[in-house]
Amino acid sequence: MLGKTANGLFWMYRYLERAENTSRLVETGQRIALTRLDSSDGEWLSIMQTAGVADGYLAHHDEVTKEAAIDWMLRARDNPSSVLSTISEARQNARLVRTALTHDVWEAMNGCYMKVRGALARRVNERDLPAAIDCIQQHTALVRGTTQGTMLRNDIFNFARIGTYLERADNIARILDVKYYVLLPGVQSVGSSIDNVQWETILRSVSARGGFRMVHGNQASPVDIANFLILDRRMPRSLRFSITKIRDNLDYLASDYGARLESHAQVETLVHRFLSHDIDAIFDYGLHEYLQDLLGALAGLGRQIEIDYRFYE
Amino acid sequence: MNDTPIFDEMWGRDEALRAPYARFQHWLEGEDMARLRAKQREAEEVFRLTGITFNVYGRAEAEERLIPFDIIPRIISGREWLRLSKGIEQRVRAINAFLHDIYHRQEIVRAGRIPEEAISRNDAFLPQMIGVEPPGGIYTHIVGIDLVRTGDDQFYVLEDNARTPSGVSYMLENRETMLQMFPELFAQNRVQPVQSYPADLRRSLAACAPATMGPPTVAVLTPGIYNSAYFEHAFLADQMGVELVEGNDLRVVDGKVAMRTTQGYQPIDVLYRRVDDDFLDPLNFNPDSALGIPGIMDVYRAGGITIANAPGTGIADDKAIYSYMPEIVEFYTGEKALLENVPTWRCSEADALAYVLDNLQDLVVKEVHGSGGYGMLIGPTATKKDLAEFRRKLKARPGNYIAQPTLSLSTVPIFTRKGLAPRHVDLRPFVLVSPQGINITPGGLTRVALKKGSLVVNSSQGGGTKDTWVLED
Repeated sequence: MLGKTANGLFWMYRYLERAENTSRLVETGQRIALTRLDSSDGEWLSIMQTAGVADGYLAHHDEVTKEAAIDWMLRARDNPSSVLSTISEARQNARLVRTALTHDVWEAMNGCYMKVRGALARRVNERDLPAAIDCIQQHTALVRGTTQGTMLRNDIFNFARIGTYLERADNIARILDVKYYVLLPGVQSVGSSIDNVQWETILRSVSARGGFRMVHGNQASPVDIANFLILDRRMPRSLRFSITKIRDNLDYLASDYGARLESHAQVETLVHRFLSHDIDAIFDYGLHEYLQDLLGALAGLGRQIEIDYRFYE
Repeated sequence: MNDTPIFDEMWGRDEALRAPYARFQHWLEGEDMARLRAKQREAEEVFRLTGITFNVYGRAEAEERLIPFDIIPRIISGREWLRLSKGIEQRVRAINAFLHDIYHRQEIVRAGRIPEEAISRNDAFLPQMIGVEPPGGIYTHIVGIDLVRTGDDQFYVLEDNARTPSGVSYMLENRETMLQMFPELFAQNRVQPVQSYPADLRRSLAACAPATMGPPTVAVLTPGIYNSAYFEHAFLADQMGVELVEGNDLRVVDGKVAMRTTQGYQPIDVLYRRVDDDFLDPLNFNPDSALGIPGIMDVYRAGGITIANAPGTGIADDKAIYSYMPEIVEFYTGEKALLENVPTWRCSEADALAYVLDNLQDLVVKEVHGSGGYGMLIGPTATKKDLAEFRRKLKARPGNYIAQPTLSLSTVPIFTRKGLAPRHVDLRPFVLVSPQGINITPGGLTRVALKKGSLVVNSSQGGGTKDTWVLED
């Protein structure tokens, strides 16, 4: 496979994952705005921080309003992480690696781009927002589904998965880092109701509410939430799950190519450093510090994969 | 222009249904317009979703357009095709012999059949190719011969595309779409298949490889995703199961051209390039090119890689050389050309220029190196202003132009909102050349002018395409 192709696959799936996560954050913000009488437009700043797009927003806007925040996250061309920008980028990368994709995946990706572009052609008003979010989530899911259902399990698939899970781990770590203060023990007494805007934001924004309820019921502590999103093995949007997938796919590449490279050493170190402790040890170390260290390590791993597999000249 | 009615390939000149369309017409009579309209929309949706688009030059970056597809097939009888394919084969053989000759002993010039300056002063002549032996002796691995028809038995070659003929992906996708939408038509008509083209292409390219250990590695070279034909480049690479590379994926390693893979550099034996000569090698040609591979020409000259088509083949599809094609065919095959040329005035010649200037309103004037339907004048439909402008241009640079009579191109019906209506068409059959022989896919790409009366079929100028059927008689 061409290094350029590995690069294109990696980014196609990163952007796709980011688009999905951003749309979920918008959905979460809207849900809170509608159901929490004590919420304010200021909550949108926090939502944008979790998406990592708040600085860009503030550079283009004087105040935070719900309408402008939604538009920034969904449609803004000036925002490289808006849903429209990321779906366009994913599709552009798919064109670049067209020969590595099955017909089904390409059509799903192209269809996703066409539909999302249509749904986001104009500013989305409140009434149309649920339909627009649905459109984004359905069509990104279709790309994911055709990928699972039609692609060979070879190096092409491995690079796609590494892109997906690096982006996912990065997004979860960011969400947790923005909200880490509400997860610290002692902010609220253990065993208190989960009826807290911040906790709900966190769980909703990673589609974890249902899964969390199954495991912990409706009574849970912030530590349980942190544990669930960082260390749970079953939760497909936990840090452990994502990082383990990155390692697995790098391992498949190593056995396929018959070579262990620097990125394999790095991912082993990463797993050891971040996944071999329990949640109490993480809190003792400092949740914020832990997440910052992890974000740095993930970025480093991404750069090493680019080098090891010759993404660029 | 004369007053005889235009030849329609379905209805002839006198509204008598022509034989190849008999079964189709029978089917059509049983169809209702609403269903066909729905099918036409469905076809467009298929194309849009598949991403069969082209990028428009001179417009916003990455603007992609669909080439309109018309659901009414263009039908050619097996007998008609046999005649055409013999003529095409003869012409393609002659083109290869011509290219070999002009880059070696130039016998045709010595024999006085072509003036020396038509070669040496031609921009498309590549001195770097003098004396080079392309692997397998093939110059034009892929050729597209543009044909037009004016009557039952009158075909003309309008143009030879010997550099990088495009459009073959449309030929294949048009057929796929028709198979999906009207399977019953293919049960009723015995249509010669085209689907083996990608496999044939790969085999043909591999047969032209330099001597290698093991099966040769083939790759398609594209200028990148912003190129107007990028879809086709990706399509062909995908269908052949080979890598699609850009210049920055390649470099010369140990005397071979190699591509950067996730596991290091891997040598390529055959490069099907879809970039122009100028952009192939910044060391040997255009030093500003960011698209090419420095040093590829040195590898080529040493016999280390096959470049398809060979550099320098452009001279064979130059419009000034075109006017000599009857002589070229005769010179190299010893036979009279089976396919006719359109009579052509070379404006570089004083008598011809005088004639062209006097009869401008009846002629088509083309730039010698132009393509895509740009920079041409169609006399009968031109405004006074256009005519005056071309008069100026012709006087300023006569050698830059040729002129031809306005042919009364045949029509084929297209599907419009008001039912079927005739529109002008041309045909581009695709030809593969290797030491194993010449392979012509039955049919080719039919391009159709969608505007009533228009003679310009180019996709960049609003033309569309049709599925082209060659029947098994």
